[in-house]
Amino acid sequence: MKTESTLEKILAAGHLAVTSECGPPRGALPNKVKEKAELLRGCVDGINVTDNQTAMVRMSSLAACIIIQNMGLNPILQMVSRDRNRLAMQSDIIGAYSHGVDTMLCLSGDHPRFGDHPMAANVHDIDSIQMVDMVRNMRDEGKFQGGEKIDGSPKMFIGAAANPFADPFELRVARLAKKVKAGVDFIQTQCIFNVDKFEKWMEGVRERGLHEKVAIMAGITPMKSVGMARYMKNKVPGMDVPDEVVQRMAGVPKEKQSEEGIKICVETIQRLKEVEGVRGFHIMAIEWEQKVPEIVERAGLLPRPVV
Amino acid sequence: MITAERKPMEEIIGSVSPYRRILLVGCNECVTVCAAGGRKEVGLLASALKMHFAKEGNPVEIEEVTLERQCDPEYVEELLPRMDQADAVLSMACGCGAQEVARRYKEKPVFPAVNTRFMGASERQGVWAERCAGCGNCVLGITAGVCPIARCSKQLLNGPCGGSTSGKCEVDPDIDCAWQLIWDRLKALGMQERYEDNIPAKDWRTGRGGGPRRIVREDLAS
Ligand code: SF4
Ligand code: SF4
Repeated sequence: MKTESTLEKILAAGHLAVTSECGPPRGALPNKVKEKAELLRGCVDGINVTDNQTAMVRMSSLAACIIIQNMGLNPILQMVSRDRNRLAMQSDIIGAYSHGVDTMLCLSGDHPRFGDHPMAANVHDIDSIQMVDMVRNMRDEGKFQGGEKIDGSPKMFIGAAANPFADPFELRVARLAKKVKAGVDFIQTQCIFNVDKFEKWMEGVRERGLHEKVAIMAGITPMKSVGMARYMKNKVPGMDVPDEVVQRMAGVPKEKQSEEGIKICVETIQRLKEVEGVRGFHIMAIEWEQKVPEIVERAGLLPRPVV
Repeated sequence: MITAERKPMEEIIGSVSPYRRILLVGCNECVTVCAAGGRKEVGLLASALKMHFAKEGNPVEIEEVTLERQCDPEYVEELLPRMDQADAVLSMACGCGAQEVARRYKEKPVFPAVNTRFMGASERQGVWAERCAGCGNCVLGITAGVCPIARCSKQLLNGPCGGSTSGKCEVDPDIDCAWQLIWDRLKALGMQERYEDNIPAKDWRTGRGGGPRRIVREDLAS
């Protein structure tokens, strides 16, 4: 074991892991964090806490992680390279670990163009792959990125994202290989609606034996309505929603669409359970956290193992 | 080259309106090539300003000069005989040129008439695009001749991010994804395996991270 992370233990024991996420509030409202996290108690092994997601200012991931940690749950600190240079990142990482946060996710982040501060400067001192390498070095070598020794190194279980649906497709396995080389422990993928394409990507992953070096968690998002399906298809960069999925959502009356969305999501999990190399699920129920327990239950992923 | 664009007329008018004798100085280098501040643009701006202030019943005198290179003290010296006649200088060169004039003529207010944009190249007639961010430690040799720092919206040294779509950047469909371009070139060169070399975190000291930069060439310095 590299860390004390519950997620690491679950994966090491060979269970299918389950994570979900909680977007912190856009204001100093700690109770909002608690309410959202409480919904996930008992049905996930880790809760991703987003970092100024979609480039909108929110309560910091670190602060919300501490709130969740204090509730006896397992937060996963998300960190984007957009907002912090390597000094700020490293100080937040040791700060988070000092509060018991032992799992994190390294991302580059959405461009400010998409958020509510399009006038902000982009930092991007290092990229997500370099961030993985930095955190691994902090943990395994006990060294800061600048080379000096850390007095009390943070033992982080290190995650990153992968998007099998972005272009060029032929690079998507190779980029994962770069993250593996940098030392990533687990991957949470982009939301999977195009299961065929995901399976094709996984084939490439297995061909190179990458599934044995990194735990791949399949990203799952329930759709509330056909409107949301269309929006994700047309407006969200790097999202692949096939026409059949949109049509299936459109094919049921409005009041039944959210149930159809949950059904699709449960079926997707069932299908992906059979894919060799899929080690768990990351359920991103955007502003719909209350549905996560039901999805996890219907997908046969309850009760969560105790490790 | 360094690219620039003329500032909006209202802003230029606002900056020079307190002055009656203006020395308008263009530059014969980059800003001439990108049609922002060469002899021709100096002429056009001079007439526009004269017309504007004349209409307001507040005519101005505008002296037009276009230097060979406004960032070079040797050429900036040529302005000396005209400085006495000027209340203010309006520079159509890039920020380097305008600052050189300000440094040499300490008693004269200098206003920029252009916005200096970036180091770039001409993509086609009338279109210029950014190519280099002057990082001071060029990596083009390992990125197949396409700069990830200046041309990737997230400055990723190990791209592409998850937003690259059909060769375009997630930030704007008018921007080519730099990492798609790098990959295409690597393939064309038969160097695909280079893609998987992880590029380490950059030392920004050679760039702006190290503060204002200078080059001292002992062999040439006097
Ligand atoms: S790597 Fe640096 S020097 Fe080379 S083109 Fe890019 S910014 Fe310019
Ligand atoms: S889409 Fe391409 S150019 Fe745009 S940020 Fe991502 S990697 Fe960089």
